[in-house]
Amino acid sequence: MFEIIGEFFIFLGKLFTRRETPKVYWKRFIDECVTIGTDSIVIVSIVAFFIGAVTCVQTYANLVSPIIPTYVVSNVVRDMTLLELSSTFMCVVLAGKVGSNIASELGTMRISEQIDALEVMGINSASYLVLPKLLAAMFTFPLLAILSGFLGIFGGYIAGTLTGIMTPDEYIYGIRYSFIPSNVMIGIIKAFVFGFLIATISAFKGYNTKGGALEVGQSSTSAVTNSCIAVLCADYLLAELLT
Amino acid sequence: MADSHHMIEIKNIQKAFNGREILKGISGTFEKGKTSLVIGSSGTGKSVLMKCMLDLIRPETGEVLYDGRNFLTADDEMKKEIRREMGVLFQGGALFDSKTVAENVSFPLEMLTTMSRGEIKDRVVFCLERVGLADAADRMPSEISGGMKKRVGIARAIVMRPKYLFCDEPNSGLDPLTAITIDELIKEITDEFQITTVVITHDMNSVLTIGEYVMYLDKGNKLWEGNSQTVLQASVPELDEFVFSNYALKTMRDDIRSRK
Repeated sequence: MFEIIGEFFIFLGKLFTRRETPKVYWKRFIDECVTIGTDSIVIVSIVAFFIGAVTCVQTYANLVSPIIPTYVVSNVVRDMTLLELSSTFMCVVLAGKVGSNIASELGTMRISEQIDALEVMGINSASYLVLPKLLAAMFTFPLLAILSGFLGIFGGYIAGTLTGIMTPDEYIYGIRYSFIPSNVMIGIIKAFVFGFLIATISAFKGYNTKGGALEVGQSSTSAVTNSCIAVLCADYLLAELLT
Repeated sequence: MADSHHMIEIKNIQKAFNGREILKGISGTFEKGKTSLVIGSSGTGKSVLMKCMLDLIRPETGEVLYDGRNFLTADDEMKKEIRREMGVLFQGGALFDSKTVAENVSFPLEMLTTMSRGEIKDRVVFCLERVGLADAADRMPSEISGGMKKRVGIARAIVMRPKYLFCDEPNSGLDPLTAITIDELIKEITDEFQITTVVITHDMNSVLTIGEYVMYLDKGNKLWEGNSQTVLQASVPELDEFVFSNYALKTMRDDIRSRK
């Protein structure tokens, strides 16, 4: 256990030593932003919209009381979405998509000797391959969290108004009521940290794959599992620290 | 200090995995302009030896000298300099899946040199023509055959004008005719550019056709060294068994013995 943690930190150190020129990283960073960020927009949008809608319907179903005003439903949808769903829940989904992608890509490169080919050219393979992924994840995850937050609240609006739970004005009133702007920032910070965790853990698992196709699959599974655990632990720590 | 004629020297290379000795003190010299072959059955440590020479695996003891420069103890700058003088053809080609054939070949030039786009393009075209793949430049690795992948691997290995060329099982998985083509290409490139070529193989056809220097490994030991002319007369039982495991050669040998 401690050996793996030590190896993980050595691996992180390798990302920042013997770096290539910024021009090399810039092109790879843009490519990775597309793979990690742009290619995740559809899944994030679908998940965020429906989770927002479900939160609205479920909250209403469990808050049936004459003394609780209806706008509380959208109030709950807003805070749930901004604080947890748009960052934590979305990042757990992204751990599955992005994490497995990173681990299997690097694992395949390892077993097919592409990483060795980079090393014998004198290129720091860890830095060349992983650093752009890490920076792209830390850049795009907060953007995806913002999108997710917006679509989650929008999903709640559509579900709430179309099913007759509340009027559009009530929903908007609840969204605005006692709004704490720093909650948006908390969601963004969380996504930033989760981006770091998912990218580094998945890359570590993939980069250190040994064996063949079976082991690539195992690395991918392990990357997703470990990333999810790390995200949830970090979520608790950040909740304690930031709220 | 090694003689400058002796381009690569290895001294007493030892490597063990989980307490199991894979290489037991291998020494040898690979000369400039010659195709040197390291042969042996599967699992004898040939690929491990090559990876030790490339410092992809760190041996427990031993030295690897490139023109007298100790690669294993060199600082980062020296190591980078030596690496730029190397070209490596990996067993499966190790082509980057996301890049076209031309991009694979141009990759080392783009990463490691300050050449202009025009110069890089010219060099890539030259290397691809040299391996007979000028018309495959825009194809993806997944769209080409195993033999073509090896040739692209060779083109990428020579694009930096290396002094040292390493080929790990260049014939594995290829049909006999394509294997001969690859062997001939390696030999031609070695002669043409006067590079020091080390080929890891268990293909007897390669041994007999391009083996200017042959080192035989068995269970981690160097049991014999010689060349393609002397390999058939070697008096090492393990080598004899390895060499004549080929049906055609075995039949030929039995035929000669029966005539005697």
